[in-house]
Amino acid sequence: MSLSFLLLAVAALCALSFYFGRQRAVALSGGRHSNLHSLPAHYGTYVALWCGMPALLLLLVWYVFQGSVIEAMIVAELPAEITSDTGQLSLALNSIALIAADNGQHLSVSPEVIDAGRRLANLQSIANASLVVLMLCVAVIGISVSYRKIDPEMRARNNVERISRWMMIACSAIAILSTVGIVFSLLFEALHFFSKINPVEFLFGLEWSPQTAIRADQVASEGAFGAIPLFVGTLLITVIAMCVAVPVGLFSAIYMGEYASSKFRAIAKPALEILAGVPTVVYGFFAALTVAPFLRDNGAILGLDVSSESALAAGLVMGVMIIPFVSSLSDDVMSQVPQSLRDGSYGLGATKSETIRNVIFPAALPGIVGAVLLAVSRAIGETMIVVMAAGLAANMTVNPLQAVTTVTVQIVTLLVGDQEFDSAKTLSAFALGLVLFLVTLGLNVFALKVVQKYREKYD
Amino acid sequence: MAVVTQSAMTAEPSVASPKMTARDLNLFYSDNQALYDVNLDIVERQVTALIGPSGCGKSTFLRCMNRMNDTIDGVTITGKVTLDDRDIYDKHIDVVQLRARIGMVFQKPNPFPKSIYDNVAYGPRIHGLVNSRDELDEIVMTSLERAGLLKEVKDRLQSPATGLSGGQQQRLCIARAVAVSPEVILMDEPCSALDPIATAKVEELIDELRSNYTIVIVTHSMQQAARVSQRTAFFHLGKLVEVGETDQIFTNPKDERTKGYITGRFG
Amino acid sequence: MTDMASLMEDRAAAKVISDKMQKPVDWDNPKIARNIKKRYAAERRFKMYGLSAIGIALLVLCVLAGSIGSKGYTAFFQTFVQLEIHFDPAVIDPDGTGDPAVIGRANFDGLVKRALQEKFPDVTARRDKRNLYGIVSGGASYDLRERVLENPSLIGQTRKVWLISGDDFDMLNKGYIDADVDESNRRLNDQEIGWYNTLVSEGVVEKHFHSRFFTSGDSREPELAGIWGAAVGSFYTLLVTLTLSFPIGVLAAIYLEEFAPKNRFTAIVEVNINNLAAVPSIVFGLLGLEVYLNVMHLPRSAPVVGGLTLALMTLPTIIIASRAAIKAVPPSIRQAALGLGASPVQTVTHHVLPLAMPGILTGTIIGMAQALGETAPLLMIGMVAFIVDVPGGALDPATVLPVQIYLWADSPERAFVEKTSAAIMVLLAFLVLMNGFAVYLRKKFERKW
Repeated sequence: MSLSFLLLAVAALCALSFYFGRQRAVALSGGRHSNLHSLPAHYGTYVALWCGMPALLLLLVWYVFQGSVIEAMIVAELPAEITSDTGQLSLALNSIALIAADNGQHLSVSPEVIDAGRRLANLQSIANASLVVLMLCVAVIGISVSYRKIDPEMRARNNVERISRWMMIACSAIAILSTVGIVFSLLFEALHFFSKINPVEFLFGLEWSPQTAIRADQVASEGAFGAIPLFVGTLLITVIAMCVAVPVGLFSAIYMGEYASSKFRAIAKPALEILAGVPTVVYGFFAALTVAPFLRDNGAILGLDVSSESALAAGLVMGVMIIPFVSSLSDDVMSQVPQSLRDGSYGLGATKSETIRNVIFPAALPGIVGAVLLAVSRAIGETMIVVMAAGLAANMTVNPLQAVTTVTVQIVTLLVGDQEFDSAKTLSAFALGLVLFLVTLGLNVFALKVVQKYREKYD
Repeated sequence: MAVVTQSAMTAEPSVASPKMTARDLNLFYSDNQALYDVNLDIVERQVTALIGPSGCGKSTFLRCMNRMNDTIDGVTITGKVTLDDRDIYDKHIDVVQLRARIGMVFQKPNPFPKSIYDNVAYGPRIHGLVNSRDELDEIVMTSLERAGLLKEVKDRLQSPATGLSGGQQQRLCIARAVAVSPEVILMDEPCSALDPIATAKVEELIDELRSNYTIVIVTHSMQQAARVSQRTAFFHLGKLVEVGETDQIFTNPKDERTKGYITGRFG
Repeated sequence: MTDMASLMEDRAAAKVISDKMQKPVDWDNPKIARNIKKRYAAERRFKMYGLSAIGIALLVLCVLAGSIGSKGYTAFFQTFVQLEIHFDPAVIDPDGTGDPAVIGRANFDGLVKRALQEKFPDVTARRDKRNLYGIVSGGASYDLRERVLENPSLIGQTRKVWLISGDDFDMLNKGYIDADVDESNRRLNDQEIGWYNTLVSEGVVEKHFHSRFFTSGDSREPELAGIWGAAVGSFYTLLVTLTLSFPIGVLAAIYLEEFAPKNRFTAIVEVNINNLAAVPSIVFGLLGLEVYLNVMHLPRSAPVVGGLTLALMTLPTIIIASRAAIKAVPPSIRQAALGLGASPVQTVTHHVLPLAMPGILTGTIIGMAQALGETAPLLMIGMVAFIVDVPGGALDPATVLPVQIYLWADSPERAFVEKTSAAIMVLLAFLVLMNGFAVYLRKKFERKW
């Protein structure tokens, strides 16, 4: 039975139980709703909630654990020579999954594995069937218990409202859960990584070449995991992007906010916002296929040796992507500067630009710094543009005409394709992810603080 | 009686050699008319008070006198405002220079978030009035002294102006306006955000400044108008109802509306 | 006392100063006049900077649109070659069974090759022959099979049929291959270009609207590759994202705006939402990889995993937008409902939520548009695989539009450049539609309280 069918069945049961719960309440009231504590619909909802919620909860828990439990059962039955070697084990598990999905006819594997594949298919169908049965049981139990509780005196509305309040709290808690999830999943694998590679070597090492560790049987070649070249590359591209985004974004905001007529603004502002809505993969394509060749060819004319994966191309396009971000944030910030300060300056005979440069800009500076920090954090975390337009080789250079690589590029290249969760190569992606997360988080928290403090000043 | 006031009114504004005049001034915010045919003369080295109920157009009129309304979208103005017999709405007039000659002090003290010194030095700096640091120092000191603030702040000229009290901030704004040696100072309810002691100090100051500057002050308080001004103009619903010597307006108003306002029947 | 004293001192000082008669500024002084000129020049310069900043941004936008449009519009048309195909019964259905299974297995490729051989009988060398067959795409045989299965009476006849051409040939016809370049530096040799010229002179080369681009899945052959598979993948992914993030986001927003007490839990939730909104998307990909794939063992490359990951990512957007919309409902409405004896939950569901719904929907659509354009986290959870089949559900392996663009952009064939640009145009069209709808909603239901 497929998942969607199961969900539909639960939904149908809920609808039915709503109907019968409501009917029962009406029947018990003797036709006079005023005899009931709550509206009949509340009694219906009460029963429906007790039908659907436990069943869905069960489904959720089941899906969280099913995979790992079944895998543990399969692994337990495999011969020791397979399970002892993690590389072989993951290979075997892959074949087992293929066989179970009836796709493994062409595989030449040991009979144990084929057996295990059949057993896996078997276990999966048992698991699915028992899930269906269990869910229906839970739903029916929920219905019958709550149905019997219906009574004109019962405070159905209060019950329903209490449940819905807890549901809302649970939904809000998902925000916390995802942060916790991010931290733990990054930390878990990163610690795994640091048990193989010294964190000091990772953070301060000058050489990055994880790809040499691609073959597990090459005992000696563990690869080099010094992340400094990645940090330098990320920083270089970020600086280039900021050199584009900050002046252009800031001046656009100034023009929009202080000079532009409302007609001009009505056209130019949405046009700028289009830049923010363009998916990053499109910018990446643009950087790789239009900007990079353009820079390379023009560099060649000037006698410069511009790499076709130059940091400059990626940085410039990333800067363009961030322009609307900087512009709308600084527009916000500058429009918060009270009119009275502008008046004060105009009243002394200052021109617009003098007022902007000498009064508005200094007053808005903290907010603008916050906005720029947010933009920096966005540039550091940007992935697709650099994946498509920046290089893979970890060159330690600050020359914008050469190819550099970034943290995000490495995460993508390390994790796209086959992943072995026991090799330092794969795990290093999580360590990089952890660094990326911590740095952007730090920048964001700091920037939001600065902006908030600034807001309070003028509120 | 009413007929008499009419004729008295048309005759009154013509003062011998006024510093500033307004002639048939009309002002519209998009489609709403805010001022109707205002005719007013401002006498040199006197304090002219503009009084009237809220929304009567007195602040709007004040902002016409140094073209601050230019900064608001959708404002149209007809008629004429002159400074020393030159139309300030003439297209050859430089707004920047004009606003330096006609300074302004606002309702709420609005010091720039800079040091006290930089606040006062701002005007002379942008207008290029000084050649050396010493000259600038002198202007700053003189202006602060004129505004009666020097004593209180001379030890902390480099500390932020936002740290001053409300009354000190307002006197700083006056010092800031004085620093560019304006000929006229417009004050838009300069004491409305201040406590009584600070108000008294600012009123003192206005009285001092009268010997050097022509001052126009918008005020809500009739007592203040009576205390600081020599001439008073009463605005009502966008019209200039009556103008004359302050004593005369307060003791013997000619218009019923003026009388009603002064005796507190509306406002 | 001291106050009075200082007042007296101030007055004394002021007297001294006012005696020192101020000299009015001489505005006609040449130095000051020059200064004013300079200030106005600076003003004009500054204004120019602002205008040129906007100009630069808009120029880049135009270059971006122009470069993608000019590269991509040709992909909507495909070169076809008209060949005389003999539907040989001996090849298609030697025993005359008429059984679709037999016909389906027939060697239609051979028919195409034979037709090409007949057209250019003097090509004999093995390599030349292979080049010759390259004129027509490998996909042409599927088209022929469809045709015969639909209309079995074709068997035994000879018909002129438009066949889809190979990608190099298509590129040549669209002018992307320059015949003047040295032979070793282009994808087609002189002989192939000769064939092309012969076919063109016979008038059997035409460009037709390329409907396959919209109806088929990915392929290694550019002329056969389409975006339908990716579009369906995007649809399932967004469906999962929407069904999760919309109710969760709205409920969380209602709680935070209407019910949450000012306590530690609420404060932590708020901080978390603000920070999650700024976490790089790739980190969500790492989360998805670890939690959904490694811990929960959900299927790799499936839209359901992509949807779950993107749901977490769009959640802050939806919560923030919904909170703003709920906050905009004036308190008087709540007081009115509460005053009539409605419970807080009833107040929210009957009054606040309906009024806030346009704003919430606008925020949701914008969040969905972001999710539609998102690529990086989906690379992490394996949606980057090469998948030919159109997914049939949220658990089938699939890819999505932006990832398809990424995959094609990485492909070496020249023909994929135009496919990539065309796919970008399709993606942008969807985004424009979604954002346009959001703007429409906002305009239509905009309400001033």
